[in-house]
Amino acid sequence: MGRGASGVQEERDVEFDVDIPQIEAAVQSAASTSPERTVVIRPATRLPRLDVGELWHYRELLWTLVWRDVAVRYKQTFLGVAWAILVPAFTALVYVIVFGKFANFPAGSTPYPSLVVAGVLPMQYFASALSLASLSLLANLPLVTKVYFPRTLLPLGSVCVPLVDFVVGLPVLVFLIWKYDTWPSGWETLTAPLFILLAVVTVLGLGLFLAAVNVRYRDVRYMIPVFLQVLPLLSGVMFAVDQIPTKWQWILSLNPMTSVIAGWRWAVLDASPPKLGQVAVSVAVAVALFVVGLATFRSSEPTFADTI
Amino acid sequence: MVVAIEVEGLSKKYRLGEYQAAYGTLRETVVHAGRRLTGREHHRASTELWALQDVSFDVPEGEVLGVVGRNGAGKSTLLKILSRIVSPTAGRAEIRGRVGSLLEVGTGFSAELTGRENIYLNGAILGMKRREIEDRFDAIVEFSGVEKFIDTPVKRYSSGMYVRLAFAVAAHFEPEILFVDEVLAVGDAEFQARCLGRMEEFGNSGRTVIFVSHNMQAVAQLCDRAILLEGGRLVREGPSEEVVAYHLQTSAGAGSTRTWSADEAPGDDLVRLRSVRIVDEDGDSVDYVDVRRPVGIELAFTVLHGGGPPVVPKLKVTTAGRVAFNAMDIDSRWHDSAPPGDYVATAWIPGNLMNEGLISVDAAVCSIDSPKLHHHVSVHEAVSFHVQDPTEGDSSRGTFTGQWRGVVRPLLDWTVR
Repeated sequence: MGRGASGVQEERDVEFDVDIPQIEAAVQSAASTSPERTVVIRPATRLPRLDVGELWHYRELLWTLVWRDVAVRYKQTFLGVAWAILVPAFTALVYVIVFGKFANFPAGSTPYPSLVVAGVLPMQYFASALSLASLSLLANLPLVTKVYFPRTLLPLGSVCVPLVDFVVGLPVLVFLIWKYDTWPSGWETLTAPLFILLAVVTVLGLGLFLAAVNVRYRDVRYMIPVFLQVLPLLSGVMFAVDQIPTKWQWILSLNPMTSVIAGWRWAVLDASPPKLGQVAVSVAVAVALFVVGLATFRSSEPTFADTI
Repeated sequence: MVVAIEVEGLSKKYRLGEYQAAYGTLRETVVHAGRRLTGREHHRASTELWALQDVSFDVPEGEVLGVVGRNGAGKSTLLKILSRIVSPTAGRAEIRGRVGSLLEVGTGFSAELTGRENIYLNGAILGMKRREIEDRFDAIVEFSGVEKFIDTPVKRYSSGMYVRLAFAVAAHFEPEILFVDEVLAVGDAEFQARCLGRMEEFGNSGRTVIFVSHNMQAVAQLCDRAILLEGGRLVREGPSEEVVAYHLQTSAGAGSTRTWSADEAPGDDLVRLRSVRIVDEDGDSVDYVDVRRPVGIELAFTVLHGGGPPVVPKLKVTTAGRVAFNAMDIDSRWHDSAPPGDYVATAWIPGNLMNEGLISVDAAVCSIDSPKLHHHVSVHEAVSFHVQDPTEGDSSRGTFTGQWRGVVRPLLDWTVR
């Protein structure tokens, strides 16, 4: 611009003579790219909408954030991604000894170790996803206070990350299926991803809710571990749900994870099918959780940067 | 003329009371709500603060707009709203084009990841597509000068390498609209200078820039136009030199004189501060001081009773956000407990010491309680004044009229052989 005194210009030139040519090159190289995009800024509306269009626009950032969390997850650990196998395997081993051998929990027709591992894997996913999602806004504080992007990306990315652990842990289950020769018999295997989807929807709903609450009340991080300690008992991780009194089956079906685990066992272990009514209750609860979670998140989103 | 940024009646309200309560635990909120319901605690009159009030302006494409104003005038709030980090309470703004910001240098860098991985991560956070990052990857690495360490986790980087890499990514992001908040820009002077250099280039290439700064000279030099915010309102708009000149005239910082009435005088049960003034050699209050002349800082205070610990007046002098020096009177008259009464102490800053610019003074009366200093009274930015150089050739910069950096501008003795 060079409107200042010539002396100023001289002093600056000395300082910048390394940087400016390169910057200039960079500026010119991009002058032709980037299509125009108009953004309208208005007071926040606080409607519980997902705005899929905007999420789509930011999809690359979502994958990058997921990739970052996956890449960092086992950095500087000796055993690395083996932890994704060791944690569920060890948890299952303890359950098998304590609940299977000593306490004789009901397993129905399924071999007890398979039953437990088929429960532990989705539960492990749920636990990791819930912790990550609930703390996602705080963990990304610099992003929340400095850059714009749809904040829903953070919990959404957080529930994708532990899916990697889940897949890595699957060979443990496959090994048990091979060992006890309980290969699934038919088309019901195809429903396995649907039950995992039910777990994803549930944890995303809860995660959105808790992430938003955690911005204001840091109590959340103390509540989650307690909740996660009790949850396996209420989800039938170490027993077959169809072996307990019917009344209790219905009560437990209010917890979507019960249906996730029962359905998953049916899909991959050839266990008895879950009752359709109970699955319907679980799906309804999961959808309700998702809507409430999204509404809570959206309504407090405009104040995140001010409150966090 | 194509308008790149259109701002209409933008307002942002903060409720101070609410935010005090908000940043607590669930228990506190429940307790407060309970008390309010039972009537034991009246609804606290929450103080409303309009950080921004009915601000409207347009920025044509290719213009470099400066935003000036005092601390708390709403400059940063404005940028935060325009970059969509916080949402406004009322009004609307329309932004045509991709937005980038030099605030975000290094935002989202992950210490565990390598330099290479962080380039992709940071690029995505800034809003670059993967293709764009790939196209510019080599240029970014070359610009940063960390080729050898590109596959090393950035936690092993020196802070200089870290900043260079971060800046390299930001510098290769090509938004149509750039926001620069110099007030918040982290990093050392060299880094800030690089930001300014980048901004200048950017403005020259015909992009739109909004530049928030306390550096009046930079605003006048780099910007086409400027707006002045005061208490959240837009009070002046026009060519940058004009707005800067107006701002310098009207905002003498905290003002050069500060007096307190007897019942609101700050202090404790021993010392009360009555007034602080900036005075010239004749004892008159002044806002503007010639760089060559001495200037006095006058503290008037009352010692309420005898027998207290010995007290001593103390100053902290700040310029451009940096502490220039601390000073207190070391004379033996303060060695013993002072008898009750009124005191007026004036500290003289010699001529040819402070550099040009706005200088603020924290005034205090202390007792030395080594290793601690006990402040009986301490007023942050009690007064301020401007140092000016009429450039008549007899200050340390001689007849040179350009920028002359430094907190101080001493006139040194030179020997020549």
